Amino acid sequence: MTVHDTSASGRLPHAFTTPGTPSFVDFLAGYAPQLLPGNRTVPVGDVQAPHATTIVALVVDGGVVLAGDRRATMGSMIASRDIEKVFPADEYSAIGIAGSAGLAVELVRLFQLELEHYEKIEGSLLSLDGKANRLATMIRGNLGLAMQGLAVVPLFAGYDLDRHVGRIFSYDVTGGRYEEHDHHAVGSGSVFARGSLKKLWRTGLDTAAGVRVAIEALVDAADDDSATGGPDSTRRIWPVVVTVTSDGCVRVPDDELASVVATVEGERRAAHRAGGPR
Amino acid sequence: MSMPFYVSPEQLMKDRADYARKGIARGRSVVVLQYDGGIAFATENASRALHKVSEIYDRIAFAAVGKYNEFENLRVAGVRYADLRGYSYDREDVTVRGLANAYAQTLGTVFTTESKPLEVELVVAEVAADASGDQIYRLSYDGSVADEQGYVVMGGQAERLGGLIADAWRPGMTLPQVLALAVRVLGTEEGGEVREIAAGQLEVAVLDRTRPRRAFRRLTGPALEEQLAARD
Repeated sequence: MTVHDTSASGRLPHAFTTPGTPSFVDFLAGYAPQLLPGNRTVPVGDVQAPHATTIVALVVDGGVVLAGDRRATMGSMIASRDIEKVFPADEYSAIGIAGSAGLAVELVRLFQLELEHYEKIEGSLLSLDGKANRLATMIRGNLGLAMQGLAVVPLFAGYDLDRHVGRIFSYDVTGGRYEEHDHHAVGSGSVFARGSLKKLWRTGLDTAAGVRVAIEALVDAADDDSATGGPDSTRRIWPVVVTVTSDGCVRVPDDELASVVATVEGERRAAHRAGGPR
Repeated sequence: MSMPFYVSPEQLMKDRADYARKGIARGRSVVVLQYDGGIAFATENASRALHKVSEIYDRIAFAAVGKYNEFENLRVAGVRYADLRGYSYDREDVTVRGLANAYAQTLGTVFTTESKPLEVELVVAEVAADASGDQIYRLSYDGSVADEQGYVVMGGQAERLGGLIADAWRPGMTLPQVLALAVRVLGTEEGGEVREIAAGQLEVAVLDRTRPRRAFRRLTGPALEEQLAARD
């Protein structure tokens, strides 16, 4: 369905020139509600759609690291081996998503736009708590679809410009927002990733060490969860890893990830040969 | 029943235009100048919060003179227009030409149908990968649009300041050069003497074509002083 962004005379509609909300989602809810993902009705019955999996996040010294594997599954099939599930939300925050892939990607697009829209209209950034709360509201709007099996579960992480620390927020399908301390994981492989994070995370990790811990956790998740994809060195597909610090949100380049993955795999191979943990 | 006096349409339109022009002439001028790396916007504005130059979209900026509440409304409408279009199609499909059209229709409709015209003058500009693709549109209170090349001056002193810029501006100038020109022109009094304008009294922003996605950047504090000092 197309949306008219000008009225019949060609002028901007009154909804556009009415002062008020700095929120794009609220504007859309008033002007073109059919564009909001939560307002769609889905026929009853099972929907087969790609499903995205494991996301991990951990706090490091002066920031936070967020990483996700590259697999999407549909039942027992692998729907995609190079899907991206971790995105920068704005300059100082990032979002990773597990759950129904199509809806999740749409939600991320809307969330990124929501933050940018606020920034442009108000001329200042939302606080990290403000961003986390906006995301909660958007997840809540999706509850109807979640009840029919199309749930989206994000993991939100960012650098708090007032407190100068990295912070992590997790959500449930009803829009419940929970601040996590130190580290967290969501998605089908999260049980294994959390076990891994518990053993490897320490206070005051630097960013590089944090990236390494995130990769280890994803490798452990891929080890035991069929829906989580491990690093693929044949096709050179690496997890998506972003770091968020006072310098902003940066995606770790592939060459760097390749060498981290090589180190992790090399050490595990050596430990295996020596009869160590396997 | 009383009959209203007959007023000829010419007179009606002329009165409205005079009214709008008077309102616009009260404000300070804004200059927009193309340079080798993008498009620069400068105006004398001591406020750090009430901006005359703002970001609309990735490569598009907005500058205005006139009545604050009226152009602020148009700015917000422009951001909503651009974000809605980018969301329903793609970020690439948001163009300054579409935005200029929507603004022109809005200004034109208000001018002819409402009791009071909008007392504003706008510039919307978009940077491209190289200078030849840059677009600068100037919109008047009555909805007329002008496709400008290289530079624009808006506001009360537009004609006089525009003449000064026409004499000095040439394609391919650097950012410090165009900023020096802008500051000199903004500070030139009617008689010709040049008033010094401190960096703190200036609102300066650029659309920097070298930036990856969002080209808009405000220059304030040390960053602005550095650019102003580099003029020689």
